Amino acid sequence: MSSDAVVISARDLGKSYTIDHLKARPTSLREALRHRLRHPFGKGRRERESFWALKDVSFDVRRGEVLGIIGRNGAGKSTLLKLLSRITAPTTGSIDIVGRVASLLEVGTGFHPELTGRENVYLNGSILGMRRREIDRKFDEIVEFAEVEKFLDTPVKRYSSGMYVRLAFAVAAHLDPEVLIVDEVLSVGDATFQRKSLGKIRDVTSGGERTVLIVSHNLTTIHSLCDRVIWIKSGKVFLDGPVGPAIEQYLSEDLGRTENVFDVEDAERAHVKETALRLRRLTLNDGREVRHGEPLTVDLEYRTERNCDGVAFGAFFSNIEGGRVMCVDSDVPTSERFDIAAHTQGKITLRAHENLLQPGRYILGAVARSADNSLIDYVPSFTQIEVHAGPSTPPILVGRANEQLSVRYPVEARHENRPIDSPCGEVTDKDMTAFAHTWPAARATHDAGNGRHAAGPSPTQERPAPC
Amino acid sequence: MQVESPGIAAFMMSPTRPLARPLQSPTVRIRAHGGWSPPDLIGIVQHRELLLSLTDRDVRVRYKQTALGVAWVVLQPLLTALIFAFVFGVVAGLATNDRPYLLFAFAGLMAWNTFATTINRVGYSLVGNAHMISKIYFPRLILPLSSVCSTLVDFGVSLALMLLMLVHYRVWPGWGVLLLPVWLTILLMMGLGIGLVAASLMVKYRDVGHLIPVALQLGMYISPVAWSTSFVPEKYQWVYQVNPFFGLLGAFRWSLLGETVPSSFALAYSGLFALVCMVVGLLVFQVQERDFADVI
Repeated sequence: MSSDAVVISARDLGKSYTIDHLKARPTSLREALRHRLRHPFGKGRRERESFWALKDVSFDVRRGEVLGIIGRNGAGKSTLLKLLSRITAPTTGSIDIVGRVASLLEVGTGFHPELTGRENVYLNGSILGMRRREIDRKFDEIVEFAEVEKFLDTPVKRYSSGMYVRLAFAVAAHLDPEVLIVDEVLSVGDATFQRKSLGKIRDVTSGGERTVLIVSHNLTTIHSLCDRVIWIKSGKVFLDGPVGPAIEQYLSEDLGRTENVFDVEDAERAHVKETALRLRRLTLNDGREVRHGEPLTVDLEYRTERNCDGVAFGAFFSNIEGGRVMCVDSDVPTSERFDIAAHTQGKITLRAHENLLQPGRYILGAVARSADNSLIDYVPSFTQIEVHAGPSTPPILVGRANEQLSVRYPVEARHENRPIDSPCGEVTDKDMTAFAHTWPAARATHDAGNGRHAAGPSPTQERPAPC
Repeated sequence: MQVESPGIAAFMMSPTRPLARPLQSPTVRIRAHGGWSPPDLIGIVQHRELLLSLTDRDVRVRYKQTALGVAWVVLQPLLTALIFAFVFGVVAGLATNDRPYLLFAFAGLMAWNTFATTINRVGYSLVGNAHMISKIYFPRLILPLSSVCSTLVDFGVSLALMLLMLVHYRVWPGWGVLLLPVWLTILLMMGLGIGLVAASLMVKYRDVGHLIPVALQLGMYISPVAWSTSFVPEKYQWVYQVNPFFGLLGAFRWSLLGETVPSSFALAYSGLFALVCMVVGLLVFQVQERDFADVI
C-alpha cells in the first residue's frame, strides 16, 4: 500500500441526541406525583428536541498522518472520537478505517482497584486489544516505563495517584496499532513523567507508518506532534489544514476581545478539579499594546468560592512552538502571596519594570496556585498576543518573529584580527558592553541574523550587537 | 460496526452482518443505521482473550481480601444447604425418605444458584461496567458472556463438592450423570436470556436492579429447590408445573442423585422456554446495543 493511501475516510458524519425536557417543570414532589398520575405512561408535557452534536463532517486521513483535532468545549470533538472509536454509532454517514485500530479515550480503562499492578497490566492490556502473548513480551518494558517495579504485586488501590496513572499510561503507550486514536491522555503524572510520555508519543507518531488522531486542549502538544489540524466548531469542520496557520487562527479568534483584555471566565481549564478561585479576566498594560523593553503590567481579576490562603498569581508567555519563554509571577522571585476570603472578587496587578519579550507573537496563559503550589486555577494557552518593538529595541530584533527573551547584562567581547598570511597578528582587546540576546535553556540554539549557532552558558557574539 | 473484508458490503442487508475472516488489513466499516443487528460473532471470537480476562477479573476480585479465598465458592452453597436441611428436613420434617436430605437440598441449590447467579450477574454486567462501555469499543456481548463464564467457574467448584458428597454417602447417580452438561446448557440459556433482557433494560431503567432480587426470591419459592413437590397440596401443583424451571430441577436431581426421571414433557417445556428466552434476550440486547454508550 502506498504511503499516501487513505486510511480513515469519514463521510457526512452526524450524531444527534434527543433531549427530553418538561415544558413546565414540577417544582414539588406532590406536583410531580400528580403529573405522573395524570399521565402514568405518556410523556405528558414532555418535549422532545433533537440536538446535533456533529453534523456533515467529512474528512480523509492518509497513512502516516498525525492529525490534531481542536475546538472549544462542547464543539463535538469527543463525539467525533467516540464515533471513530466505535463506542457509539453515528446517526448519519459512514466511516471506513483500514488497519488495526486502537483508541485511547482515557488511560487505565477497566483498572480494578482490588487487583495488583501485574494483574491490571494484563487486564487493561486485553481491554485495549492486546494479545496475552504481546503483553508477556512487553511486560518488563511497561513496568520499567511506569517505574513501579517494587509494587507489582500490590493492589493498585494502595498506589499513589502518580503511580496509578504512570502504570495506566505505560500500558497504553505500548499499544502497537496501525491507527491510533488518542484523547487528552498525554498530560498525566508529574512534569518528568509528562516529558517522558510526550517523548514516547513522539516515538509512536514519528515512525511515519502509523496514523494518529489526537484530540487535545494543549495546543503545544498539538503543534509539536501533528502535521494537520481539523478544527471542529459547533459540530462542523470549521477548518482543515496545516497545523501552524490553523493554530494561529484558532488562537487569534477570541470573541469579545478588545486589545489586550481577555475574558478567561469561560476559557478552557486544565488540571483544575474544583472551583475554589476562578480567574475572570486578564489585562495587559491596561489594554494598551505590549512593547519590548518597556514596563509590563498584568491585571488578573478573580472571584472566589472558598477561602484560599497563600495564593500566588502568574501569567506566562510561550512561543508558538510551545516553549515557555517568560513568567510574570507574584511568587517569583518576590514571594508575594495573598490570603483571599470566600465569595469575594478582586484584582491582582503584577508589574514588571521591563518587558524582556522580544517582538513577535506569544501564547498567553494564566495560573493561580495555592500555598502548596497546587493549581487552583490554570488557563493554559488561551490566546495569542503580539509584542511590539519599543524605542529601546535593537534594530536587529525589529520586524522579525523572534519570540524569545532578551536578557540584559554586560558582555565582554574580545576581538582577534590578523592578515590571512601572517603567522601571528595584532590582537586588539576592547571591552565592550553589549546586550547579549540569550535564549531559555530549553532552546539551546538561537537565530541571530541568518546563521544558527549554539549559545553557550555565557554567549558572546563576534560582532557587538547593535543597541 | 464490524470488521469485514472490504468490497462485500454491497451484498449485505445489514452493514453489521459478520462475514468471512478479516483480511491482512481489516477494514472497520461504521454505518449509520437503526434497529436490530445480529450479534457480532467474529468480533466475539477476536475478543476471546478479553472474555477470559474479564472472567478472570471477576473471579479474582470476588475473593480478594478474604481470609478463606476461593473456599467461599464451596462454603456458601454448603452452608445454605445445611440450613435448608435443618429447617426443612429436621424442623419441618419434609425429609425425603430415600436420599440424605443434604444431598437432595444441595443438588437443588446447585441448579437454582447457578440460574439465579447467572441472571444476577448478567443483569448487572452492563451497568457494572458502564465505565468501560463509555470509553472503549468491544462487542458488548462480551460482558454478559464473561458473567456466564464466571458462573461456570462457581458451578465447577460446587460440582466437585457434590461429587465428594456422593462418594461420602455412597450414592451412585447412574449413567444419567452424563446428561448433566445438557441440563446445564439449557439452564444457562434460560439464565442468559432473562439476564440479557434485564441488562438491556437496566441501562435505561435502574429499577430493574431493584426488581431482580425480588423476582428471584419469588422464583425460588415456586421452584421446589429444597423440598419435594409431593408435599405441595394437589390444587397448587399446577403452579409448579407451569414453572419452566421445574423440569430442569428434576433433571438435575435425576442426573446427580438418580431420582425419578422427569417427564419428557416437562423437559421439552424447559428446553423450549430456554430457547425462547435466549432469542428474546439476544433480540432485546442487539436492538439496544448501539445506544448503550449514550444512555448508560
